Amino acid sequence: MIRDITIGQYYPADSVLHRLDPRVKLTGTLVYIVSLFLVKNLWGYLIAALALAAVIRASKVPFGYIVKGLKAVVILLLFTVCFNLFLTSGTPVFEWKFIRITKEGLYLAFSMAVRLTLLILGSSLMTFTTTPNELTDGMESLLSPLKKLHVPVHEVAMMMSIALRFIPILLEETDKIMKAQQARGADFESGGIIKRAKAMIPILIPLFISAFRRAGDLAMAMEARCYRGGAGRTKMKPLHYHGRDAGAWITMAMFVAVIVVSRRF
Amino acid sequence: MSIIIDQLNYTYSPGTAYEKQALKDISLVIEDGEFIGLIGHTGSGKSTLIQHLNGLVKATGGSVYYNGADIYDADYNLKELRTKVGLVFQYPEHQLFETTVLKDVQFGPKNLSLTPLEVDLRAYGALKQVGIPDDLIDASPFELSGGQKRRVAIAGVLAMEPEVLILDEPTAGLDPKGRDEILDQIAKIHDERHITVILVSHSMEDVAKYVGRIIVMDHGRAVFDGAPKKVFSHYKELEGIGLAAPQVTYAVNALRERGILVKTDATTVQEAKAAVLAVWKG
Amino acid sequence: MPMIQSSDLTFEYIRRDEEGNVESITKALDGVSMEIKKGDFVAILGHNGSGKSTLAKHINAILLPTEGTLYVDGMDTKEEERLWDIRQTAGMVFQNPDNQIIATVVEEDVGFGPENLGVPTKEIWKRVEESLRAVGMYEYRTHSPNKLSGGQKQRVAIAGIMAMKPQCIVLDEPTAMLDPNGRKEVIRTVRELNSREKVTVLLITHYMEEVIHADKVIVMDDGKIVMQGTPREIFSQVEKLKSFRMDVPQITELAYELKKAGMPLPDGILSVEEFVEAVGRCCDVGGRR
Repeated sequence: MIRDITIGQYYPADSVLHRLDPRVKLTGTLVYIVSLFLVKNLWGYLIAALALAAVIRASKVPFGYIVKGLKAVVILLLFTVCFNLFLTSGTPVFEWKFIRITKEGLYLAFSMAVRLTLLILGSSLMTFTTTPNELTDGMESLLSPLKKLHVPVHEVAMMMSIALRFIPILLEETDKIMKAQQARGADFESGGIIKRAKAMIPILIPLFISAFRRAGDLAMAMEARCYRGGAGRTKMKPLHYHGRDAGAWITMAMFVAVIVVSRRF
Repeated sequence: MSIIIDQLNYTYSPGTAYEKQALKDISLVIEDGEFIGLIGHTGSGKSTLIQHLNGLVKATGGSVYYNGADIYDADYNLKELRTKVGLVFQYPEHQLFETTVLKDVQFGPKNLSLTPLEVDLRAYGALKQVGIPDDLIDASPFELSGGQKRRVAIAGVLAMEPEVLILDEPTAGLDPKGRDEILDQIAKIHDERHITVILVSHSMEDVAKYVGRIIVMDHGRAVFDGAPKKVFSHYKELEGIGLAAPQVTYAVNALRERGILVKTDATTVQEAKAAVLAVWKG
Repeated sequence: MPMIQSSDLTFEYIRRDEEGNVESITKALDGVSMEIKKGDFVAILGHNGSGKSTLAKHINAILLPTEGTLYVDGMDTKEEERLWDIRQTAGMVFQNPDNQIIATVVEEDVGFGPENLGVPTKEIWKRVEESLRAVGMYEYRTHSPNKLSGGQKQRVAIAGIMAMKPQCIVLDEPTAMLDPNGRKEVIRTVRELNSREKVTVLLITHYMEEVIHADKVIVMDDGKIVMQGTPREIFSQVEKLKSFRMDVPQITELAYELKKAGMPLPDGILSVEEFVEAVGRCCDVGGRR
């Protein structure tokens, strides 16, 4: 069901991770992703996986809930695995007709699958533990040097947070429109790819119209509440580093050190 | 020829943190040609119930029989059921998508593998029945007024010539006159096409004026079921679940309590008027 | 100084064809003159397309008059440098609760207005708490708006406006998308804010039951003000109201019908209690029980 897509949605809980400064979490996620590409062997993956498991545990977000987010990208995952599995040249370990699996391919497919899974879990953990507003505040603060280059940092950040707020609303709307068109005899399940693509028109047009209508309404509501861009705005929840954030920086540094060391095994 | 709902249960997202039982042991028989009001506040399960009647949502327990056939049978044609049981969702105008009014109304019948002539006839007939004038038929549906858009959307379902027409809050967001016009039109459709109509609403005043039977839902259960007079005689219990009888029902009951011996079963202005005049004139 | 004052307010929607030539001109407002006193609860009735929403948007300076003027607390809405003062003075709540909540946590949404006004952080927290308490949503401050009912969402939207400390709130059909419980919740909240916090309220609606407690009712049709007066004065004129696609509360209609049939009842009965008393008097006098 379309509503099961949980990627990018905030999960309210009271944990150390929820309380961390969003800048720390953003940087941490970035560091984690980069470290995944530094990993050279099984030990490194094991360490990265264990570290993530520990952080997930600390976040108090149910593991099953996080894994559900993977469902949305399972196709991408399968595609990558197959791509690496069948198209890597090297020492063959299995051959049947035109199918050829090599030792290198096996390793590559495995490492890509692990990398992608950890990457998605890691970054979705960030969105689970950080409210969109914190996320945008964090991004805005981290990217603020770019303002000097006339990059509209505040606007981009605001845009992102609004998009995240409207994802569940638009998903629900899609579900409703689909049902309404089904009630008029629309069929989304049978036929070839072209027929199916055509069947999407009665969903997409109302969905776009609704999105535009909502955008217009929201813009008006924001103006009515005196929104006029980033200049002169104060913050209800200004970002301050705390002791726990220092702890997080140190943990991060240790993690990177361990990953780099693991390359030597 | 009827709809039989037997011990229907439905649970949202079972096994997750958001698990919620939306329908609990609902058993109802809906006869051909009835005009039913389905009442309950948001979250009472009424919208979930109607989505079971055309198979859009599958029950987690119990059965639905349409004209004697179990719609959950493996070989039952659900697509055909959806054409027999027409469902008009809340704010149906939000599902309009075609470039002209006529084309949008044709969408339903076109999915039924009819001849082009038959598609045209049905679409045109439906538009006439909801009172869309000829000069608007080739207009873009997005240029119409709110009330007109809603009629076009209702015509879109009507054009499939359903045997049962279900409307979820068809008057939401309309002004008083617009509300009356739509309800009058629905009553007319019920009379002229001799079809079953189920009207989902939270306006007691509207429902009392038109329907022959009221089903009240609360927390996933059907708590009252009967003629309006019978259901509204429970006006005190209705209040307990956050609903209320029409204002005139309160008025005649309050008169009685004051010692003026009016009949207390009035549910419409006309009935209350007759009841009060009967006492006053002696 | 009146809270809101308009004189000969006219607003035209101009439709142009592809070449930019004027295709048609619709007068959404046509010479509207009115005055709203500070602290009043004023209701505006009118069918869809009668111009009532257009009028509301003028008060918030979202739309500017084509002709005539509108003053909000003495400020001309056409003066661009006062724009933000005007919007802070007259806050606005819209119809669709989903499309006016910006944040994903209730308290952050209520803080959005004060943030825009540049209010210091400590003061924002104070205002957020006060406004959430005023609408009875304080316990929900850390919830996601998506999980609230329609009535609760509208109360959050009202709190978001209250946090800007306005003198006046304009509500543009705030109950149109709610169920009866949600409607009652919102109306109760608005009435409380009016009586306790002395906020001027301008409520636009087409539910008749919601206006019977107003200090003043304005009826609009075709961009003009066609009726003005107390709820009792307005609802005494059943036929006239119906001619503007409006209605009267059911009890008012019943009393009106009985009066037409010869019962000596007063005009403009607004509640069941009034009705019972009036009918009781007739029956007692007649001695026919």
